[in-house]
Amino acid sequence: MSALRRWLAEGTSQRWLAAACLLIALAMIAGLVLVVVRVAGGFFWPRPLVELTLANGTRVLGEVWDREGDPASPGNTRIRLKVGNRDLSGADFRWIRQSEVTARSVPADAWLIERRENGNFYGFPLRLDADGRPLSFADPRFRAVLQQKIGEAHRLLDEERTVRRRVDRQHAPVAKLMTLLAAARRRLVDTRDLEARLAAAQVREAAETAPAMERLAAVREALAHGKLVMATAQGGDRAIPVAAIVRAVPENALSRTQKLGLYLSRWWEFIGGQPRESNTEGGVLPAIFGTALMVLLMAVAVVPLGVVTAVYLNEYAREGALTNAVRLALANLAGVPSIVFGAFGLAFFVYTLGGGIDRLFFSNVLPTPTFGTGGILWASLTLALLTLPVVVVATEEGLQAVPQAVRDGARALGATRWQTLRRVVLPYAAPGILTGAILALARGAGEVAPLMLTGVVKLAPAMPFDSVPPFLHLDRKFMHLGFYIYDVGFQSPNVEAAKPMVYAAVLVLLVLVVALNLAAIALRNRLRRKLRGAAV
Amino acid sequence: MSKRLAALATRELVAGFGETEVLKGITLEVGERGVTALIGPSGCGKSTLLRCFNRMNDHLAGFYRRGDIMVAGRDAYDPSWPLEALRFQVGMVFQKPNPFPLSIRENVLFGPRLAGVKDPDTLEAILTHSLQRAQLWDEVKDRLGGSALDFSGGQQQRLCIARALASSPDILLLDEPASALDPIATARLEETIRELSSEVTVLLVTHNLQQAARVAHRTAFLFLGRLVEESETTQLFAAPREKLTEEYVTGRFG
Repeated sequence: MSALRRWLAEGTSQRWLAAACLLIALAMIAGLVLVVVRVAGGFFWPRPLVELTLANGTRVLGEVWDREGDPASPGNTRIRLKVGNRDLSGADFRWIRQSEVTARSVPADAWLIERRENGNFYGFPLRLDADGRPLSFADPRFRAVLQQKIGEAHRLLDEERTVRRRVDRQHAPVAKLMTLLAAARRRLVDTRDLEARLAAAQVREAAETAPAMERLAAVREALAHGKLVMATAQGGDRAIPVAAIVRAVPENALSRTQKLGLYLSRWWEFIGGQPRESNTEGGVLPAIFGTALMVLLMAVAVVPLGVVTAVYLNEYAREGALTNAVRLALANLAGVPSIVFGAFGLAFFVYTLGGGIDRLFFSNVLPTPTFGTGGILWASLTLALLTLPVVVVATEEGLQAVPQAVRDGARALGATRWQTLRRVVLPYAAPGILTGAILALARGAGEVAPLMLTGVVKLAPAMPFDSVPPFLHLDRKFMHLGFYIYDVGFQSPNVEAAKPMVYAAVLVLLVLVVALNLAAIALRNRLRRKLRGAAV
Repeated sequence: MSKRLAALATRELVAGFGETEVLKGITLEVGERGVTALIGPSGCGKSTLLRCFNRMNDHLAGFYRRGDIMVAGRDAYDPSWPLEALRFQVGMVFQKPNPFPLSIRENVLFGPRLAGVKDPDTLEAILTHSLQRAQLWDEVKDRLGGSALDFSGGQQQRLCIARALASSPDILLLDEPASALDPIATARLEETIRELSSEVTVLLVTHNLQQAARVAHRTAFLFLGRLVEESETTQLFAAPREKLTEEYVTGRFG
């Protein structure tokens, strides 16, 4: 008994327990990062195209994604093969029993065609129909010509997008007049003036956009030419318009360097590209952009508000039941589920504030809402409210850590209360304040639920920041990585094929949050170094 | 009646916090220039008395006072005399060094900037002169932009003196300024105080009787909120009038 007591008193066991807890925590974090990096990291790496001959004589071509025990016949395995060609077979994946496979090969002339629509196509190139005459796959120039045609098509598509955007911009005055006219008609007011202005604007638009429309028609005409004819493993063939091809890759004939190049270019497309096929392909650039901008707007709103609140609470308010009640309320606010903030944001920011702004400043287009609908401003403010307690509590702690002796020193030199606060107390508390800002950033960047009610969308037609004045469009809806993950992972029409995209987006979100935090931490450490060795 | 030349004076000063009466009727006059030491056992009210002269007690909860507090012949609570203006005239150095998290330069120029001095040449002159008077100039002249927090305790305390001097006060209140310092730093600080006493009135609270004997021209002994005796330092230590004083300075209690 006394030996046990001594053993407990020595604390060896407690130390081991503590170390074990730390280890478990570390393992969970490492596990999270590892899973994400493994799935996301492997997704873009080229896989071999395998051709399987089945017992009934049919042949299938695709990428092996998975192997597992066959639940229907124990002892056997089954293979999950990504066969692509969604437009032909209706599904991207097929389960194939190992026992049905009679032959397996990795044909060197099997190609993967990444398409803008209908996902991947796996098959064997036959010929390229362009410039009026067919170019056979056997021709040594085939690859070069194909790549050149794809490159040309990409450039034409870029041009088409640019021209279309310009036409859209030139259409803006007409669109605005049409909204105004519709609103005026609903209000039964005299619309003759508006109608005249609309007619004039339409004439002007037609004149302005005529050359662009001509160019657009020419580009579309050029894009309609050129087809790549592919044979499928089953034996049929299929013509794919060159304009629909993102990449044509002879996956089984790639060198290591080429594989690496392909891998990096796929990552680049993911990070820097626009989404395709209801987000299950393409890139997440708008979502990265929306996330970063939303978090920054939130910080701009929450840090000043939280700091001023904490300063009043800690420096000016008389300690008592009221300040304690305020602190209790703030602490409870931190524990409210985030979706509740979303509901509040929708009711207060979107409907009340936004609706009020619309009635005051945008009444001529009502009932079409401008600010009275979800947007990046309301989402940011909702998150600012959500993270307010974090900033207030951290700032209060920072203020309380300022030594009384330093405050007294400033007062004794003839500084007023405000001067003491401004010149001595706030600089002293700055690292604590920044810690609060960092915690708020981390919390805000990870929230999704409140955004779904206040302005996030699956696919935003325009970014909230662009080259059109006033550049920052706070009323616009936006894309967000967290919502992208939820949407692609749960709501996408092709969940199975898009799952790795979820992990890739998770990885990008983690990197983004870590980058935002690191920037804030670096700033805080700079300030800390200035305060190093603080006396008293 | 206070003498016309008294830099600091109190008349029948009663002061305390809430229920506790700390000062129980103190009448004291401190002449211009020279060092006056306030000694007495812990809790006798010497720090409270010191802080009456720049009204630092006003910020403490429950402070009250009756009786007059005169600074340079003027009522310290004269409503036409702003608190901040009083403090430009009465500098204070605290028990523990309390430099601001700013550079040496900004620490010293804190007071002048509050007073609205903007001319760079004037500010530079104040900086040099204050640091010289605090005998810190030679040690810091090459690193005026460096953080004040990188210094030793003794240097920080002399920086606090320089900071107080920068507002060119006529009176300097020192609240046990050497209590957090080692003996060598203490000796240097005492030398600084002696040098300063030819120009400003120094009121020094100290626990250390030897320190009072070394630097103070006059010494006042406080006991339980009352002024027991005030006289020339040599006389107070060698031939005190009161028995209580004799018992205290000979170390029989305290």
